[in-house]
Amino acid sequence: MTEPTDKTLQSRRRFLENISRAAGGAVLYGIGLGLYSQQATSLPSQSIRPPGVADEGDFLSACVRCGLCVRDCPYDTLKLSRLGDDVALGTPYFDARKIPCEMCEDVPCVKACPTGALDPALQDIDDARMGLAVLIDQEACIAFQGLRCEVCFNVCPLANKAISLNRTHNQRTGKHALIIPVVHSDACTGCGKCEHACILEEAAIKVLPSRLAKGELGRHYRLGWQEKQKAGESLVTPDLPHQYNLPEGTRYDYEGEGLIPAPKNNSEDINDTPFNKSAIDRLNEGIN
Amino acid sequence: MSVSTAAKIAGLEAIQKKGWLRAHKWLLLRRFSQISILSLFLIGPLFGIWIVKGNMSSSLTLDVLSLTDPFVFVQSLLSGHMVETTAVVGALIVFGFYALLGGRVYCAWVCPINIVTDIADWFYRKLNIKSPVHFSKNNRYALLAAILAVTIVSGIMVWELVNPVTMLQRELVFAMGFSWVLILAIFIVDAFISRRAWCGRFCPMGAFYSLLGTVSFIRVNALNRGACNDCMDCYVVCPEPQVIKPVLKKGDELNPVILAGNCTNCGRCIDVCSEDVFSLGMRSAKFTDIAK
Repeated sequence: MTEPTDKTLQSRRRFLENISRAAGGAVLYGIGLGLYSQQATSLPSQSIRPPGVADEGDFLSACVRCGLCVRDCPYDTLKLSRLGDDVALGTPYFDARKIPCEMCEDVPCVKACPTGALDPALQDIDDARMGLAVLIDQEACIAFQGLRCEVCFNVCPLANKAISLNRTHNQRTGKHALIIPVVHSDACTGCGKCEHACILEEAAIKVLPSRLAKGELGRHYRLGWQEKQKAGESLVTPDLPHQYNLPEGTRYDYEGEGLIPAPKNNSEDINDTPFNKSAIDRLNEGIN
Repeated sequence: MSVSTAAKIAGLEAIQKKGWLRAHKWLLLRRFSQISILSLFLIGPLFGIWIVKGNMSSSLTLDVLSLTDPFVFVQSLLSGHMVETTAVVGALIVFGFYALLGGRVYCAWVCPINIVTDIADWFYRKLNIKSPVHFSKNNRYALLAAILAVTIVSGIMVWELVNPVTMLQRELVFAMGFSWVLILAIFIVDAFISRRAWCGRFCPMGAFYSLLGTVSFIRVNALNRGACNDCMDCYVVCPEPQVIKPVLKKGDELNPVILAGNCTNCGRCIDVCSEDVFSLGMRSAKFTDIAK
């Protein structure tokens, strides 16, 4: 072992200095980038992604901001976000109130995407879920005032599937109908033609990102009637048939006789009902 | 050493000896390359002649050739997305291209920001400005490491949220937002606050391509360094002067080829050298090649 000379000590010190400086710098940059990315990736609700985007986070890891989807959009619907816009820098989006998606059958934007940020598995534009139309302002929508409008229904590319018209009673006049547009999430693609066409100054029906438009039932919830259907029929003790409190010694004849005297302890007569052998009776009988 | 006085007349000797055109040959070729590549992207949106679609992050030429920037490709991979084959092939083609011609050839011959920072440096030299602020040349690697780490952790391409390089390229070709403000900021910093700060100290794309440059095939060499008259003009014009130093040392045993990844193969040193010390050649170039 040789004693370290002044020179090697100096260069060792410089090396350690450089390393720690670089590491410190990297950590600082990392913190800055991390914090900035938190706020720079929140998507404004009026900005709708092109077809084939399922999850915003996945999209931001896949989109290289090349704009090929924008170039192949025949209706100039898609735009790339610029510095100063609210959307994550350089990524494609559209504003349905300005230019909605025309739902091209051959989905050129998805075909143009070189990275798969727009999912190539999306072949049928009807399967796209860009967002969900929501009739967001029932106070302003003139259909709720009892006027005939139905413009959103008429422009909907999937009318009667994505938007249907429901007739209800007009309580204000007492004698007319309200013809209310209702959006169905199982068919709505979020193309935004309804929002674009809405005749109001500010659209009453708007396309929102699905995350904002949709509620979600707690996972532990079970809807009895659905579970019943899934299982074929009743999952627990079947409902009791209705019991009438009839005067003693009478019974009800369902064939049309109505209330008639019933002989006591005549099991044949007691069972002479449409519900003969009701489930609860069967249970009460035990195993015979 | 008074670099500033030398700065004003850097290349003057070369112009006198070789003529203006020959003393600007590589610079002119480079500007031609930068402007024509940008024009290819621009004539589509401006005149409807669609030769190249997209931008420098990913493009489609004549509906056949798909190219993808390897840096953005790597970011996407690290953020957890496996891109489609189209982009993989595109990135491999570009990767191969720069592995052959020199990693930071991208910086000097393609990137439009280079025009901005070159002009900033021209101002710096002509106005005889002294940089009040200095950053380390290794700063860019710290930034690159931070970007890659945060990309992995966050699962999104964080750098593309701020990258001024792709931002300018994109907004020139699509619609101009406020990216020009950022570019102006880069110009002001480079010209008046910290010389060569963006391309030489910060840009992580340059840092990424410099890694590729450490193995790339075409390199600048100083095979004729015997003729060097120590005028220092090459140091003045070189955007990464530290790469020249090792090859200009006298002594036959020292490698005359610039192996440092940060040499951009811009060829400006070849232009300004009145003695034709420098030339472009292969990585494996030896003295014996000219000693015949």
